[in-house]
Amino acid sequence: MDDILKIIKDTSLTYEQKVFTLAKAAENSIKPLNIDEETQKYRDNGIICDLFEGNAPYRPRYIVPDYEVFLKNGSKFLDLEPPKNIWEAINSLLILYKHVPSITSFPVYLGNIDTLLDRFVEDEEEAYQAIKLFLLHIDRTITDSFCHANIGPEDTKAGRLILKASRELNVSIPNITLKYSEKTPDDLALDSINTTLITAKPSFANHEMFAGELGDDYAIASCYNGLPIGGGNFTLVRLNMGRLAPMAKDTEDFINNLLPDAVKKMAGYMDERIKFLMEESGYFESSFLVKEGLISVDRFTSMFGMVGLADAVNHLLGAKDQKDRFGYSKEANDLGVRIIEKLEEEVKKHHNPYCKFSDGKFLLHAQVGIDTDKGIAPGCRIPIGEEPEIWDHIRHSALFHKFFPTGIGDIFRFDSTVKRNPQYVLDIMKGAMKVGMRYISFYTSDSDVVRITGYLVKRSDMEKLERGEQVLNGAAVLGLGAVKTQHVLDRKERKDA
Amino acid sequence: MLRGLVNKIIPFSSVDGPGNRTAIFLQGCNFNCLYCHNPETINLCNNCGTCTKVCPTQCLTMENGIVHWDKEKCIECDNCLKACKNCSCPRTTYMTVEEVIKAIENTRPFISGITLSGGECMLQKEFVIELFEEVKKLGLTAFIDSNGSIPFYGDDRLMKAIDAVMLDVKSYDKEEHKMLTGQDNEIVFKNMEYLASINKLYEIRTVIVPDILNNEKNVDSISKRLSELNPSIKYKLIKYRPIGVRTEIIKSSMPSEDMMEKLKSIAIKNGCKDVIVV
Repeated sequence: MDDILKIIKDTSLTYEQKVFTLAKAAENSIKPLNIDEETQKYRDNGIICDLFEGNAPYRPRYIVPDYEVFLKNGSKFLDLEPPKNIWEAINSLLILYKHVPSITSFPVYLGNIDTLLDRFVEDEEEAYQAIKLFLLHIDRTITDSFCHANIGPEDTKAGRLILKASRELNVSIPNITLKYSEKTPDDLALDSINTTLITAKPSFANHEMFAGELGDDYAIASCYNGLPIGGGNFTLVRLNMGRLAPMAKDTEDFINNLLPDAVKKMAGYMDERIKFLMEESGYFESSFLVKEGLISVDRFTSMFGMVGLADAVNHLLGAKDQKDRFGYSKEANDLGVRIIEKLEEEVKKHHNPYCKFSDGKFLLHAQVGIDTDKGIAPGCRIPIGEEPEIWDHIRHSALFHKFFPTGIGDIFRFDSTVKRNPQYVLDIMKGAMKVGMRYISFYTSDSDVVRITGYLVKRSDMEKLERGEQVLNGAAVLGLGAVKTQHVLDRKERKDA
Repeated sequence: MLRGLVNKIIPFSSVDGPGNRTAIFLQGCNFNCLYCHNPETINLCNNCGTCTKVCPTQCLTMENGIVHWDKEKCIECDNCLKACKNCSCPRTTYMTVEEVIKAIENTRPFISGITLSGGECMLQKEFVIELFEEVKKLGLTAFIDSNGSIPFYGDDRLMKAIDAVMLDVKSYDKEEHKMLTGQDNEIVFKNMEYLASINKLYEIRTVIVPDILNNEKNVDSISKRLSELNPSIKYKLIKYRPIGVRTEIIKSSMPSEDMMEKLKSIAIKNGCKDVIVV
């Protein structure tokens, strides 16, 4: 009960943040899941981690509503008619967002907001006013950085207005992704790059790659997670390879014994979480999102996460000199690929009856880390402080991107002088897509909004938090943690070289 | 086989033309500008051997009267450049077209094209032509950064191989140009007119050097001439920066923002539509 009192008395939390924290504490006061001893051991030493999903899953981790259905039908539960103009559209969406749960209790997906709103754009000036208020409202009420909007791949008037308003507002929420296709006009891509060089968004998703695996109706939600629209993800648990590797006798032991065992235990744990959600929580029986066809249980999957590939590889090879380490030596990079191939093979062996979207399979996800990770690199990334030149870095990233349909990505920080030549960044982005990158983000050194690991936080918010002041964005505390443990502000600055 | 003498290759450059470009610097220049910021690219090595004595990693050695450079051992401390009395550089490589193409293979998907710079790359015109003909086959654009002293006109094969030129117009006045560079500027202006007429003049650049040049007159006259040719061509005004320069032969300082803005407004008043200050 001390913990509860501590939450109640914490002056650095806003009232809303207190309520969420208390709800989490209540959830964690019960232990309804059956977890076997060996799995629990993996959990205790941080090899398997459910990323604070809580002890009793009562909603899917990520919900990806089909907002088109909502615009077409309105909502019986919310007593809303289909919107007839841009003001009604943004008002209806803003109402619905308050009823789309996720692991953070805030929606992690806001829709392909350009195509959702474009049909209502008549007078551009009026539409701009509406869109700017819409985005402002989102930043101030969906106070969580894992909230994500999509635009593209086609050019729309609404999309351009969203970019313009994002540049002007310069806020951390929502995260935005441009679905970038070979058919996306350069002009829209350049407008997006000009925006990201000011406000660290949008990021760029390889549309052909995602659509090829998940179908055209996919979304990018939360950090950079590819998920089916009209469905979502039940749970995301992660396997910490950096922690698992030191338990192995050698590389072969790691690949042939430890990894398959950990995958099996983690998959079993995910089954248990999904079983509780599906069979005990009653979420899918009671939510109006299901009843009104905004989500369907058939379009859900689960994300099998991993972190710390770099740390595992470097440990297994005993690589100390930079030239021998992950990101540099062929041996290390080949071992990285071999480990991920084995991971994919082992994960594919598992079947979960509820993951109907992915034929009973869990889909791989390169998890970006949590604020308390120390000495563990996100997903398959090269650790901050060891980054090679950008062209080698991108090619290295691309080795791994094909394995992770539910998300993997890399982040590059540029010297702010590149603002004079956005085509420069466009060339790099296009090249990245050409060599097989799935997802790429950019920002500049002078940006207040910075990409932490996948999500965005304002530098100025982190400074406030450090002074003990309240900050509206609940994710700022995670950002500050990551700045301290993972040195995310020290990401290599890319200059002409 | 034809070889070019390469000083260095910068795989990603945001400041050498449109988009992301690989900038290739060729060794050797026929100008000797007072403000040159990379004077080590001016002359070819005369194998005097001075640099071999200051190299801390022994990557520079004398073999049969020739200075050899071991790239693998080099830590780029630049001691050799500081010691050289000949405005040259021992760290150059003779490369064939094939070798240059191979050197850009890894970065090719990420670039719009190649920019050849120097030194004065046009002193190795045959190499420029052959390299660019191959570059074009890769779907890349071919740009030249030149001091304008070698004629671009009268060579169809050359002009077919080049997409555009970024031209230094250092001084309008013949005598001042000679004082600054050691050479006349007659061909520079002929090149400027010719390149503009065939739509291959990407930009004109003038370095603003307080106390040394008549900057106002230069910008006024050059921008007038440019706007007559085509007012949409970019005119770039570059601040002199005392970095890498031979301070023993030039006493100047970085121009103020006010001065640059004033010069920019002169160019705009004269009709230039795209004037930038860097």
